[in-house]
Amino acid sequence: MSGERPVGTRRARAGDRLLHLYTWLIIIWLSSPIAVMIMFGFNDKQSKSNTTWQGFTLRWYAELFELSDLTTALLNSLVIALVSTALTVVVGTMLGLALGRHRFRGKSVTNFLIFAAISTPELVMGASLLSLFVSGNVPRGAVTIVVAHVLFSLSFVVVTVRARIVTLDPSLEEAARDLGATAWGTFRQVTLPAIMPGVLAGGMLAFALSIDDYVVTSFVNGSTVTFPLWIVGAVKTGVPAQVNVMGTLIFGVGVLIAVGNAVAARRRA
Amino acid sequence: MRRLTPYLLALPSWMWLAIFLVVPMVAMASVSLQTGNAIDGFAMTFSFSNYSDAIGRYSTQLARSLLYGALATVAMLVIGYPVAYFIAFKAGARKSMFLFLLLLPFFVSFVLRTISWNFLLSDNGILFGTLKDWGLLPDDFHVLATTFAVVGGLTYNFLPFMILPIYVALERVDPRVVEAAHDLYATRAAAFRRVVLPLSLPGVFAGVLMTFVPATADPINAAILGGRSNTMIGNIIQTEYLTNLDYPTASALSFTLMAVLLVGIFVYARALGTENVLEAAAR
Repeated sequence: MSGERPVGTRRARAGDRLLHLYTWLIIIWLSSPIAVMIMFGFNDKQSKSNTTWQGFTLRWYAELFELSDLTTALLNSLVIALVSTALTVVVGTMLGLALGRHRFRGKSVTNFLIFAAISTPELVMGASLLSLFVSGNVPRGAVTIVVAHVLFSLSFVVVTVRARIVTLDPSLEEAARDLGATAWGTFRQVTLPAIMPGVLAGGMLAFALSIDDYVVTSFVNGSTVTFPLWIVGAVKTGVPAQVNVMGTLIFGVGVLIAVGNAVAARRRA
Repeated sequence: MRRLTPYLLALPSWMWLAIFLVVPMVAMASVSLQTGNAIDGFAMTFSFSNYSDAIGRYSTQLARSLLYGALATVAMLVIGYPVAYFIAFKAGARKSMFLFLLLLPFFVSFVLRTISWNFLLSDNGILFGTLKDWGLLPDDFHVLATTFAVVGGLTYNFLPFMILPIYVALERVDPRVVEAAHDLYATRAAAFRRVVLPLSLPGVFAGVLMTFVPATADPINAAILGGRSNTMIGNIIQTEYLTNLDYPTASALSFTLMAVLLVGIFVYARALGTENVLEAAAR
């Protein structure tokens, strides 16, 4: 339609190419710590510090679970992430449905609380939970960590599920009801399959937030140690190479799941 | 029954948010006005001087946090905007590939990424150690334990949260609007400044919101990259709570930090509408 533009097309094309190059540079910058992490998982280091390259080894892969504290911390993180994700998905999907499908009193207060839960700095969230637990003499441990993780993941599940349900045509559900389906049957066979991508996305987000969390967990953990907490604790004395290996494996699994998802989605489409 | 449904659906979340978000804030407000110590216990004395004492004692760290948060946010905006622009307008069919690459770091734990920067930037590590061996850098050159390291770490860690909302806003810009500007003899620069930039401002606002708050309150970058002279308010709050067990001071500081940040957030949210901010946050 507009075809050749009168002003500086050649310069414009050079600008685009520069922008393309710049984007790649930023991506390389963003990825460089990942490369470092993977590389130093293969480093044949002799001392505690792991900052200079001393040759290739697979030793840390063979001795992955030699440090029992670290293994326990990783297992704690996985269990806590699974439990808190399951809870968050159920509770958050329910609220997402309520907000996306129904009119009710207290809706704006609910929206405000969801917003407040997202925007409260993690530090303040952790500190206030600790204030509550200290005031109420609540013993801290895995349970309080799960409570906290559900709290900070909840809003994200609610928002993704609500975003999904508002795009779903309500007449589908009405049709199911007209054909004699019960309320539960309609939900199971019509609503849930339709909102599933939103539920899954929210769940993955909740899992990722939980397994990665340091700040909030550091306030409410008591004597339970999670993977991020263990790593920060090890910084002063030198982070063992097993941490790099575990990070590499988590990275690999995460990328595989994401790519697999994308491929599956493309095939469905 | 039908009329009760939304309330039943919302009930578990309401309880969770009330008991673990609202009540703790009240508990923290109460603790921040108490006096006492960890051994004999704390008693409510409505000691408002906790606030002035805490702020007076840690004004340097409070100011430093706001400064570092602001510097990192500006850096993210300047670095991130062109990336968002490229992906939204120029990446064509490879949009989702670029977005995926941008999110790649999130498959590695935040703490671990920051530690990798510590490795990479360490005084005699693979980067600077090698350059020093080649005589390209003076022996006492260092980046760790400087302001630059902390602000750089914050910029690095939160950058995708700046790029994504801007990308979402730019993606919504109708290319025909830009074409119309060109047809009306706007130069590329003018079309950008008068058409594209204003349309992307909601994304910029959301991006600033999503990065400034966590960057200002972040204790990890200062702890891992900052050394002793770059302590931020997050580190102080952690130490007061977890090491010194001075709950009133820690609570007063947390409230002060939150008050400062929330005032900013609600001004933004008002200007933008809560739903927009939430939508941006969900992406």
